[in-house]
Amino acid sequence: MIKVCFFASLRETLETSSISLSATGVNCVADIVAHLINENPAWHDALSQPNLLVAVNQVHATADQPVNDGDEVAIFPPVTGG
Amino acid sequence: MMAFTVVVSEADFDPATLLNQLHEDSPKVGAVASFIGVVRGDATGTLQGLHIEHYPGMTEAEIERIARQAAERWPIESVQVYHRVGRLLLGERIVWVAVSAAHRGASFAACEFVMDYLKTRATFWKKECFIEGDRWVEQRQSDLDKAETW
Repeated sequence: MIKVCFFASLRETLETSSISLSATGVNCVADIVAHLINENPAWHDALSQPNLLVAVNQVHATADQPVNDGDEVAIFPPVTGG
Repeated sequence: MMAFTVVVSEADFDPATLLNQLHEDSPKVGAVASFIGVVRGDATGTLQGLHIEHYPGMTEAEIERIARQAAERWPIESVQVYHRVGRLLLGERIVWVAVSAAHRGASFAACEFVMDYLKTRATFWKKECFIEGDRWVEQRQSDLDKAETW
């Protein structure tokens, strides 16, 4: 399984902080986003925002980063700390 | 021996205590530079405070990666980063970055570098709490541009 976490405005829009999905057929982060939109059409707009950032196993990543079973993937808006 | 201290907490921190830690019993330290970020009021006077969310684990790890980059670029002795999360009222401290070094140039530069990178890479999100409701803060292009200058 792959754990997918959402933060901040994205977490509020999707009304969930994390989900688990099967790693079958998932090669990279972009595959996860496509799968989530396919399973939840109402999430299309929120997950299609061009400025979203991703992390794999708590390290910043890009959409083409490979993902494996057991990984933790996070999707979130641009950060605003400090 | 570089020392990193990274703390993400709802609790406030005491700048005087932290400053002392940076040069007490440290004969190599000749300079300490520090930065404090504070919750600022807005022009309309209706902002009551902030709510700050983070990604536990990644946030601390990313800040430590930033501190290590600073140590590779400048001859510094130690880096402290304290960042608060949760509900903060106007005037409360949000963030503390302090760097000790043998000389002032490295401490000033590394302190600014860590802060600029923290703004664009550390996984925190601020929500502004107004009398009429809450609003997520948008990332500023000027912050991205500033981090690009290093």
